[in-house]
Amino acid sequence: MLNLDYNFADQHDQLYNELLLLHDGLDADQSQALNARLILILMNHIGDADVLREAFKAAQL
Amino acid sequence: MGTYDYQTYDVIKPRELDGQRSDAPVVIVGAGPIGLAAAIDLALQGIKTIVVDDNNVVSVGSRAICWAKRSLEIFDRLGVGQRMLEKGVTWQLGRVHVGDEQVYTFDLLPEAGHQYPAFINLQQYYVEQYLIERCADFPDLIEIRFKNKVVAVRNQPDQVELDLETPFGDYTLNAQWLIACDGAKSFVRDALGLQFKGQVFDEQFLIADIKMEADFPSERWFWFMPTFHPGQSALLHKQPDNIYRIDLQLGADADVALEKQPERVIPRIKKVVGERPFELDWVSVYQFRCAKLDRFVHDRVVFAGDSAHVVSPFGARGGNGGIHDIDNLGWKLARVVRGEADTSLMETYNQERVYGSEENIRNSTWTTQYMSPETSVATLFRDAVLDLAKTRAFARRMVNAGRLSVPCVLEEFALQTPSPAISTVRTGQVCPDAPLSLNGRPQWLLPMLGGAFKLLCVGCEIRVNGLESIVIGDGGYEDATGKAVKDYGQGVYLIRPDQHVAAQWTAPTESDILSALARAGGEQC
Ligand SMILES: Cc1cc2nc3c(=O)[nH]c(=O)nc-3n(C[C@H](O)[C@H](O)[C@H](O)COP(=O)(O)OP(=O)(O)OC[C@H]3O[C@@H](n4cnc5c(N)ncnc54)[C@H](O)[C@@H]3O)c2cc1C
Repeated sequence: MLNLDYNFADQHDQLYNELLLLHDGLDADQSQALNARLILILMNHIGDADVLREAFKAAQL
Repeated sequence: MGTYDYQTYDVIKPRELDGQRSDAPVVIVGAGPIGLAAAIDLALQGIKTIVVDDNNVVSVGSRAICWAKRSLEIFDRLGVGQRMLEKGVTWQLGRVHVGDEQVYTFDLLPEAGHQYPAFINLQQYYVEQYLIERCADFPDLIEIRFKNKVVAVRNQPDQVELDLETPFGDYTLNAQWLIACDGAKSFVRDALGLQFKGQVFDEQFLIADIKMEADFPSERWFWFMPTFHPGQSALLHKQPDNIYRIDLQLGADADVALEKQPERVIPRIKKVVGERPFELDWVSVYQFRCAKLDRFVHDRVVFAGDSAHVVSPFGARGGNGGIHDIDNLGWKLARVVRGEADTSLMETYNQERVYGSEENIRNSTWTTQYMSPETSVATLFRDAVLDLAKTRAFARRMVNAGRLSVPCVLEEFALQTPSPAISTVRTGQVCPDAPLSLNGRPQWLLPMLGGAFKLLCVGCEIRVNGLESIVIGDGGYEDATGKAVKDYGQGVYLIRPDQHVAAQWTAPTESDILSALARAGGEQC
């Protein structure tokens, strides 16, 4: 089951900031590419096809 | 313009111009909220101060309004907390809207059992007025010299000398210590040639106080991109005297002079408040920055408040952070002046408050970057969070419309004795309050803990010579609601004069306590 409850252990501001820092100095295409790589890494970590399909749906709003 | 009746304070000829001398060991530059709080805190410790200010009115216009629970507890110790609470607008609920839809509410203090609420809103001019009036309770210890402008500072290893200009003439003052509370544009900081490093944000904000009869609740309302102010953020907050604070993001390119014109401001505000009649009380356009000094102690000059650190106001960490500085500084400087500790205790002020201000700057910077993203990627992620926040609980917590001021935990610093926590209260943390009673008379815990080192004994009784014990249960104060035991468990806590926990034990020996006391008092730092 996809977890859509809060799960950041109070580190969300810190991690959000680190995510943005990753993009420092990148142009739009490089940023897109970085986001894509990041999504693929996280998808692999999750692995479970059902969970991932639920996430695909959730992202469509 | 202006609802508040600004008094001018009397300007008195300094006695130095009549050939006399002053014997105050501490001079405070700046009679803003931080300098005044410093004078009162030192007076409570019996230390004499002279406060000099280049002006003779309280803060004019729209500046600080939100005072957080911890600051109110400190103001309580200083003797103005109740007055602030009575006049202020108490609030604890925040509402965040995206577009015109509410996506998120937060309740800042859902837990009962605290004397002070999460926040009050009270205009800075009232706070300064109350502090000035409180200073008058210490006529032998506090002397405020209005229209005394510092124009030179000579910082020496064992004393400090300053030159002042007054309407009566110029003179020189000597002191053992100088506390620089002269604000964001600190003269003292420049005079010492110190760098104020940080980040300026391009974004500009219109900040208006309006007077209006309305029945808006006492809540903090925040909007991202509302239809009444497309593409930008807006904030509405209630203050006493039917004054409302409105912050409107204007973008980086806004023309300040133009945006301050009433004919520009009034239509913008009408879009927020609708057709209700209102008057403008004060309008300004601000650009914010986050910056701090590397060190807050330089020989005999100590920085506190905005002279030491500035933040963008969206987490209410400016004035609140400065009050925390004074809470940390007052008892330490008093011990050093009285000769009970050497100057190394001042270094712990430097370390603990540099740490606190870094936390404040970090949080304010993140909020500012979230609210006014400066790159397209930052905008992309901000908008993604806002989109998800409409339906997803996890994203709501990521919406950053201001993480409001909280006190920091000083666990890792030298004054605290490392000890395993015996309850949920960590060493280095501010003591949580609790409602107690003695012989049927109600009494809050926190007011009993300030001012000097104390032992807090819960469910047991330990007495050590020269140290006051506050005993809860076991024949001492009653904890009818059980809150004290819930928070503190059963054991003994050494509490600093600023109400932070210095050490904790389940069953200490006298020598455990005395060595923790020596350490916390700066005898071994
Ligand atoms: C729009 C806005 C909203 C804010 N909202 C909040 C909020 O909600 N909550 C919050 O906590 N903070 C808020 N702040 C921040 C808060 O106003 C400041 O942090 C606070 O005023 C700092 O107090 P201070 O005593 O350090 O400095 P100041 O208030 O700036 O006082 C400095 C004093 O020093 C005097 N002085 C300067 N130079 C000299 C000299 N050479 N000789 C003698 N005297 C001198 C000045 O006249 C002044 O009286 C806000 C600020 C702004 C601008």
